[in-house]
Amino acid sequence: MSTRLQTGGRLIDRNARRGFTFNGRRLEGVAGDTLASALLANDQMLVGRSFKYHRPRGFVAAGAEEPNGLVNLGTGGRFEPNQRATTTELFDGLACASQNHWPSLDFDIGAVNGPLARFLPAGFYYKTFIQPRPFWKHVYEPFIRQSAGLGQVPAERDADRYEHFYAFVDVLVIGGGIAGLQAALAAGRAGARVLLIEQTAHWGGRAPVDGVTIDGHPAEAWIARALKALEGMENVTLRTRCMGAGVYDHGYALGYERVADHSPGDTRPRHRLWKIRAARIITATGAIERPLSFAGNDIPGVMLASAVRDYVANWAVSPGDRTVVVTNNDDAYRTALMLREAGLVVPAIIDARPTASGPLVRAAREAGIRVETGRGIARVKGAKRVTGVALCAQAGEGAVLEEIPCDAVAMSGGWSPVVHLWSHCGGKLTWDAGQAHFRPDPERAPTSHDGAPFVIAAGSANGYLLAGEALADGDAAGKSAVRSLGMAAKGGAVPKAEAEAEGPMTPVWMMPQGAGAELRMKMWLDYQNDVKVSDVQLAAREGYESVEHTKRYTTLGMATDQGKLSNINGLAVLSQSLGADIPQVGTTTFRPPYTPISFGAIAGEARGDTFQPLRRTPMHRWHEENGADWEPVGQWRRPYCYPRDGESREDAVGREVKNTRQNLGLLDASTLGKILVKGPDAGRFLDMLYTNMMSNLKPGKCRYGLMCNENGFLMDDGVVARIDEETFLCHTTSGGAEHIHAHMEDWLQCEWWDWRVYTANLTEQFAQIAVVGPHARDLLEKLGGMDVGAGALPFMAWSEGEIAGVRARVYRISFSGELSYEIAVPASQGLALWEKLVSAGEEFGLMPYGTEALHVMRAEKGFIMIGDETDGTVIPQDLGLHWAISKKKDDYIGKRAQQRAHMVDPERWQLVGLETLGGGVLPEGAYALAPDQNANGQRNTQGRVTSTYYSPTLERGIALGLVRRGPERMGEIIEFATLDGTTMSAKIVDPVFYDKDGEKQNV
Amino acid sequence: MLILHCPHCGVDAEETELAPGGEAHLKRFGPGSSDAEFESYLFHRENPRGVHFERWRHAFGCGKWFIAARATDTLEVFGTYRAQTAAPPQDIRDAITAKRPGWAWRDLA
Ligand SMILES: [Zn+2]
Repeated sequence: MSTRLQTGGRLIDRNARRGFTFNGRRLEGVAGDTLASALLANDQMLVGRSFKYHRPRGFVAAGAEEPNGLVNLGTGGRFEPNQRATTTELFDGLACASQNHWPSLDFDIGAVNGPLARFLPAGFYYKTFIQPRPFWKHVYEPFIRQSAGLGQVPAERDADRYEHFYAFVDVLVIGGGIAGLQAALAAGRAGARVLLIEQTAHWGGRAPVDGVTIDGHPAEAWIARALKALEGMENVTLRTRCMGAGVYDHGYALGYERVADHSPGDTRPRHRLWKIRAARIITATGAIERPLSFAGNDIPGVMLASAVRDYVANWAVSPGDRTVVVTNNDDAYRTALMLREAGLVVPAIIDARPTASGPLVRAAREAGIRVETGRGIARVKGAKRVTGVALCAQAGEGAVLEEIPCDAVAMSGGWSPVVHLWSHCGGKLTWDAGQAHFRPDPERAPTSHDGAPFVIAAGSANGYLLAGEALADGDAAGKSAVRSLGMAAKGGAVPKAEAEAEGPMTPVWMMPQGAGAELRMKMWLDYQNDVKVSDVQLAAREGYESVEHTKRYTTLGMATDQGKLSNINGLAVLSQSLGADIPQVGTTTFRPPYTPISFGAIAGEARGDTFQPLRRTPMHRWHEENGADWEPVGQWRRPYCYPRDGESREDAVGREVKNTRQNLGLLDASTLGKILVKGPDAGRFLDMLYTNMMSNLKPGKCRYGLMCNENGFLMDDGVVARIDEETFLCHTTSGGAEHIHAHMEDWLQCEWWDWRVYTANLTEQFAQIAVVGPHARDLLEKLGGMDVGAGALPFMAWSEGEIAGVRARVYRISFSGELSYEIAVPASQGLALWEKLVSAGEEFGLMPYGTEALHVMRAEKGFIMIGDETDGTVIPQDLGLHWAISKKKDDYIGKRAQQRAHMVDPERWQLVGLETLGGGVLPEGAYALAPDQNANGQRNTQGRVTSTYYSPTLERGIALGLVRRGPERMGEIIEFATLDGTTMSAKIVDPVFYDKDGEKQNV
Repeated sequence: MLILHCPHCGVDAEETELAPGGEAHLKRFGPGSSDAEFESYLFHRENPRGVHFERWRHAFGCGKWFIAARATDTLEVFGTYRAQTAAPPQDIRDAITAKRPGWAWRDLA
């Protein structure tokens, strides 16, 4: 069993007890525990089930590389799935539950998959489930859905807050082991601004666990001194619980600080995302031990040798009473010696190497531990817990020589540097045959804006696995970083770290070397995704030669741990199967983040009201107080309608439309884009920008204009008013002002930079109010001021003056077909004028109307709306807008494109009105059916609905649509498909449904 | 996340301040051009692994367009210059040649 030892545990405080629950069971740990160490202290080795086969799973590791120990953590607003127990600090009241099993962790029905395992080989998603087709719906999909997904989805809103933090430093050191500490010291002493971050809550990394001495003292003493020195430097910032998540272009890096995961609800933000710019980045990210591939290496109780050491040294937890150590290197002997020292039984060290003779091996033999060289594990015995191992000759096929009872296995296949952060921004790797791992190639480092390398790997992350080398390398990295920035590195003796010397390791990719199919099917590479040696071999046989393809075919390394344990082992199996060298096969791509980071941290403060800026018109408050039902339009909020007591949205819209047509309506049109274009060449510029002629517009007049992109497609429309000889005011769609302004600037700056024109986006400088309806003139005349009579201010003219004592520019333009004045006033006067209009308008039956009434009225008049009638594939000619396309101009943006064969094809879908036969409303976006099917067996189409409304004015459904050769087919009846499978018949009619001659707007 | 120097306002701007505008130094073809010329102008773009000339706008800054000469493979920036420039200036081309002898881009080398 796993249990808490009576003594030891450098990170725990035995007197500070911490209560927690696992699957509802009350357990107790102590301060300093991780959730994993606390569970193991309570003999809870079984913590989850694997993804595909629902195999029982226990802890394999003690840190960020753990693939199995994932739990549903927390409750309510603090519930989060897939949390790694090995990196979760224990706190009082923690509640967690195991994942991926039904009905219970101990008894999982899904585990019947086990015997069926041979029906779920590599690539089973791709081959098994394709045929026969009906099986997909009735058999495969329900099966996959039941077994898919590890944790549960949170049901409640996140109770925590998150923040972003920006930092600018000379040197960012990622990793607070002895190499990282020394690198920070070297850089800090040179006067560089240094940020040192460490993902765990503790400094020093593995050195204190591995019995390293520095300058003759235990590593812990040196670590304390180094920290004190660093804390004393004003130019150095230190952060624990802060992981280097990613390294990006030009020295950008992300740090992920888990500020309050261990103290939920303490009012601090839960996570902090550091956005760091560093001139140099030192990755002192350590190394990760590799599992060995032997049959049954996934049975709970089989752990990494270093993890066993961590649990004993850091938390005084023994993973088992009798632990067999199996290895291909000397380092694992440290685990055997430590277990023995803790009074635990080590029945044997099984060493795959033919001989072993380093000082650690000698020490083990001298301690009386049985050492078996040239041996391997044929298979692990047990189901939900290790009960023993069967020994075999490593060079053989797995004939069992002996069985050894035990309840834990500590394995070591050698160490791989954590090269992720080095690789994120293009750092290349080199294969180190002696240590059988990839390490950073210093000749091919990631480069920055000036072409100089900006990432330096240090310590074991750089392939220096022994403490003495690692510390010296950290020193060299710190000094090289500051020197490359033009700073002088300070001298001083490099501290000397010492640990027991190690003999050479021997790569072991399969145990035993000649294992047959039966054994290979039980050798796990990827614990979380259930990928075995046999799966990778099968992929190779089926022709998957690229490591990237094999990864996707087998799902090796695609789980939440991203293959931290399985990558190199899988790669080695693949290269052996292909008969190629490992460096020839290469690695998969390392992508950020190093371990998953929370969505909360990515979002930061951008939640709820602060998700994005909200743009408010000067009359926003009035709308709010008068019951506006809001509609988002870009970043603006516009009233959709103003429902009165008990009124539905539909009823409100109908009332607003009718009242505007019969009496008087008021619309807040302030969101319309208003761009001033000024200069001697302004007219010439607008002639290029719009399809129609603008240079011949007379001051005092307005003209509707269409704007296309260079591809010929319609992108915006609006009314242009000529203010004077050199000045035009261009109105754009609501929400279109910014990108149309950018479009203008692009052409002005990059194509016609010698033209004398400037532009200014005045959208927010003016409030704009549309006074619309038969009584519009009556109202303005009642308020008094400028002459708004038909003579002084005819349709499509504008004039300046005062309305109700407010300086105003009034445009006689109409988007509704009614008599209409758009009044622009300084933004600060908008609300005052609006309120005057509302109160003076009472006698005329004035009501405000919203965007939906605006839409209905424009559709009744057959006016197009950008984004409804256009979708980026529609040219003005499709919309019957030939009258707004100048034939006199040699050129305008989009003209050449509109001459292409496909654009002048008479078969193009073109704008028409659609009248349903029964008076009903066509569904939005519905397609018009054509006879027969296309090559894909889909029904042919001949048009689609672009706008569809119930018209309160006509008391029937009306629609606009694009139909093949539509304008030639007036009166024809065509069928539209509805979502329920039926069809609706509609007659092709003129798109102008109401007041075709414009008598109402021209009065 | 690139940092590019804006030659208009002098700021070293982060990518979040910038808007990309695609390949630089395109020659516009309008009415009267052949289908092939127009197709090439509108659609054919370089996609080099190496030296490239790109348009960028200091969108959340001074609002001005400029051109960056940079390496797409190593992220090295050889220089930036105002968009109101018909062809890459000689000093920029010299800077590229110093770092990448034998470089070529479109008909430049
Ligand atoms: Zn600028």
